Amino acid sequence: MSKNDPAADYDGPPDYRVIGRHALFPQTNHDEIERINFLAQMNRHLAANVVPGVKQSYERRVAPAFEASEGRPIANRHEARKALLQDPAFRTWSALRRLTMEQRQQAGRWTALRQAEQLAEKARELTEGDDRLKLDSSLQQPRYVSAVDHHCMPGSYHTEYFPGDVTNGANYDHAGFVTTSGLLGKYSDGGGHAVARWVKRNLPDFQPKQILEIGGTVGHSSLPLAQAFPEAEMTIVDLGAPVLRYGLGRAKSLGVDNVRFVQASGEDLSIFPDASFDWIQTTMFLHELSTSSMRAIMAETRRLLRPGGIVLHVEQPQYAPEMPLFEQAMRDWDAYYNNEPFWSRMHEMDLDAEMIAAGFERDQLIHGGVTAVVDRDLFPDAADDDKEDYGRKAAWHVIGATV
Amino acid sequence: MSVTDALRGAGAKPAGKRPYFLDAEVERVLAITMSIAQELAVSRQRTDTLERLLLEKGVLSQGEIDSFVPDRAAAAERALWNQEYIARILRIVQQENEAVDRPDDIASEDVAAEVGAQS
Repeated sequence: MSKNDPAADYDGPPDYRVIGRHALFPQTNHDEIERINFLAQMNRHLAANVVPGVKQSYERRVAPAFEASEGRPIANRHEARKALLQDPAFRTWSALRRLTMEQRQQAGRWTALRQAEQLAEKARELTEGDDRLKLDSSLQQPRYVSAVDHHCMPGSYHTEYFPGDVTNGANYDHAGFVTTSGLLGKYSDGGGHAVARWVKRNLPDFQPKQILEIGGTVGHSSLPLAQAFPEAEMTIVDLGAPVLRYGLGRAKSLGVDNVRFVQASGEDLSIFPDASFDWIQTTMFLHELSTSSMRAIMAETRRLLRPGGIVLHVEQPQYAPEMPLFEQAMRDWDAYYNNEPFWSRMHEMDLDAEMIAAGFERDQLIHGGVTAVVDRDLFPDAADDDKEDYGRKAAWHVIGATV
Repeated sequence: MSVTDALRGAGAKPAGKRPYFLDAEVERVLAITMSIAQELAVSRQRTDTLERLLLEKGVLSQGEIDSFVPDRAAAAERALWNQEYIARILRIVQQENEAVDRPDDIASEDVAAEVGAQS
């Protein structure tokens, strides 16, 4: 600790005002910014100061009480979670974590909605007549998107409140800072930069011409790939028109032009012929699917991949036998209490087996790990962060394959 | 979009039944409390912004707020404000205590039956 200097000792999210802005980024007044700062600090406080108490309660109260009543230790993460639900420490943390997410959605939506028409007008100016935006109003939203709104985001990625609306893109983009406490960096793109860096290091001779990101929303993780390979053309597909419309405007405003945004379901990309892409990417995407749609998407990636190409999926780590049951139960929280219903099942699946079933060869599978790449002068670096926020930390696994 | 619509939309419920971790009454009060805590933080930061701007513009000097000593009249006004503020917040405690002295208090619902009686 450095001699009572609060600034030198500071450990936590940066002030929101360091966030990177672009033409479609919503205007935020003083109090809106401070609401985001408060909520980012709430999440940081819960992870740094409240979770250790939940862990201690699990070890000292919850697990021993289960063993005393059942005559055996807790056997799996579901038993661990149900036992935790009886404990006041877990319940209090859960209530606060849920409320913080609800407050974040309300704060972000207010900012986006109060200027919804102005944002739509800017989006129109930026994207009108541009063939790099291809929307399909006949597209039906699948059950895995429509049943519950992912991470309690009302209207999810796809709801439009009026023609040309970008509200749900603007909300998702500008207030995502709250959930990761700034760990994704200035343009919430630390994940994309991490993937680009991983590919350059591990596949130094790889020169993709056509790159596809499935479920790329506003392009947070896609633009860094387009920037890292300026000779390539980057295609972003997503189910939601508001995020795609916002995404192209955002990309153009940030000077990234080798991109196109296409509304389509990853399960049926028949708009693209076989072997269309050198690189197919998904980033923090698989957990928002369903078993059947994940299988269909993996099969599509196999069909669309060119010989010598790669598919990469970036996700939070899978549940493995060596991962403590407490950690597994905590990671399951988002599945049951933050409207991420596929999270739990997806993280226990044998993804290698799924890739092989989709047509990839076992000896051509790819495994790796990445942490968000951020501007370290301004943002905390996940690689240096020893806090664990169970499912939200900007440290991911990579699973992929080449053909 | 009208302000009313934006406010309603901002607070909209996401699709998906809400889980409760505490007694619903307790969780409801906690939700309201945490929103007020958030707005208090926002207010506090706004004051801090104001102080820093006044300092930068030379209206205030460093340490002036922390070394501020109100004169006798100002001290009384400020103390009264605190008393009034606490009295407002703790109204229910006052009223519950007053109720102890009113063992014969009767509910309006019961009076309604009494005063509305036909004969």
